Amino acid sequence: MERTDVLVIGAGPSGLAASLEAAKKGAKVTILEREARAGGILKQCIHDGFGLIRFGERLSGCEYAERYLKEVTEQDNIEIKLQTFVCEIKRVLEGFLVSATSNSGMIRLLAKAIVLATGCRERTAKQVNIQGSRPQGVMTAGAAQHYVNLLGGLPFERCVILGSGDIGLIMARRLTLEGAKVLGVYEILPSPSGLTRNIHQCLIDFDIPLHLSHTVTRVFGEEKLNSVEVAQVDECFRPIKGTEQIIECDGLMLSVGLIPENEIAEQLGVEIDPATKGAFVNENMMTSVPGVFSAGNALHVHDLVDYVSECSAIAGSAAAEYNRQANKLLTLQKEGFLYIVPQRISLGKEKKVPLYFRAKKDMPKAHFTLTLNGQVILQKRLSNLKPPEMVKLEAQIPPLTQGDNLLAKLEEL
Amino acid sequence: MKELVCIVCPNSCLLKIEEKDGEIIVKGAKCKKGAEFAKEELTAPKRSLSSTIKSVFACLPVVPVRTEGEVLKKDIAAVMKAINAAVIDKPYSVGEPIITNVAGTGTNVICTVEIKRYI
Repeated sequence: MERTDVLVIGAGPSGLAASLEAAKKGAKVTILEREARAGGILKQCIHDGFGLIRFGERLSGCEYAERYLKEVTEQDNIEIKLQTFVCEIKRVLEGFLVSATSNSGMIRLLAKAIVLATGCRERTAKQVNIQGSRPQGVMTAGAAQHYVNLLGGLPFERCVILGSGDIGLIMARRLTLEGAKVLGVYEILPSPSGLTRNIHQCLIDFDIPLHLSHTVTRVFGEEKLNSVEVAQVDECFRPIKGTEQIIECDGLMLSVGLIPENEIAEQLGVEIDPATKGAFVNENMMTSVPGVFSAGNALHVHDLVDYVSECSAIAGSAAAEYNRQANKLLTLQKEGFLYIVPQRISLGKEKKVPLYFRAKKDMPKAHFTLTLNGQVILQKRLSNLKPPEMVKLEAQIPPLTQGDNLLAKLEEL
Repeated sequence: MKELVCIVCPNSCLLKIEEKDGEIIVKGAKCKKGAEFAKEELTAPKRSLSSTIKSVFACLPVVPVRTEGEVLKKDIAAVMKAINAAVIDKPYSVGEPIITNVAGTGTNVICTVEIKRYI
């Protein structure tokens, strides 16, 4: 049986960054990737805006992935196994026993530590309860992106977009450039869920209307979609009678949210935070199961790949240095956040910890404080906070002991 | 007063633009790129453009490309036309120009993958 130090699941931006960092620490690294090409979702992200923080340049998603792929392939101690799908992971005395299917049949690996870099999945039509038949032409924005940017096809000519997530906005622009007509974006919430700049450069630039507090109530068509019904909604998201409108179209694209993929994590008994839908982690991105690390969009959905790489590098480095000593943790208390990661900090020596968070609601001006037993250790005034836009701050955390009260607070000014 | 959203980076700063004695004053930007963006946006708005070019390689039916610099918004249709007419038949590297001076804009269309890695 093959043995490895760090087993990384997924060769997307998270897995590549984690592997690279683990390899630099001298670990033998094995990456398992289910697809035929490494790069994850970045393969189909042909648009630019990636890497501003990481490289100080505006790269396309593809270029961002290439930078990491180049470095990863130059490392002798990283092996990428493509078209390999993890079936089961068991905890054993020496670490983790992994079973996977591959082109050469079933393989088994024994790993000392595991990094879960499985990314996230898009919410589907069934998860947002769209009524009607199941015609062809209803797909997620990511699926449409795959058709257009990887296969070179055009899945529809006239389409309606439900949800104002970033991938939907990016695809609205992309489909328009490829000659399709995007009839409108319908968002059930009273405010857009994508980045403000995407509303401007993807919708306003191309005169694509955005209808807030609206949703798609029904789809029509037997084999192929021929129209959808849209309606305005009230504050409880119930369609308002009399506002229904039928729109003829051959495509309905969904951009209604992303959910961290944690099937393997759950199999391993990793504790999941209901706020992030990813694992509870400490400042090293280690989950509640010792030796199992989680990073990237599997941990919480990021809006920028730069931060995916950053937290994954922390995970990879810690996985390489992981030894089976019990590590005691303190829970970070929070007020005013949608969530904050890491949720737990280990006791002992002083450390620098990046904090990634989202505000609970829109806050034009806010005050962030981090206190330890009532003493302020970090404070910052922040402006323009919105739940769809993640914020990162770095905290210097003094040595912690059991019973300390570490509290992060976000107050609107 | 005019308002614009800066699209240079994900901060999406809300820019407030005033004209005083013929001079454009930009407020609300977290960095100096905001003022540059606002001035350009009011006179000659530019965008960078990403698309794909079809290729002769079976495992990479289309190749992702982008404009190296930004092009005038009014030239986007012409650039798309040039991109759609092109065919890739050799393994370009990341950053290598595929169409030089595309549609007379002064910028190049560059490859954004390392084709030889996949063929």
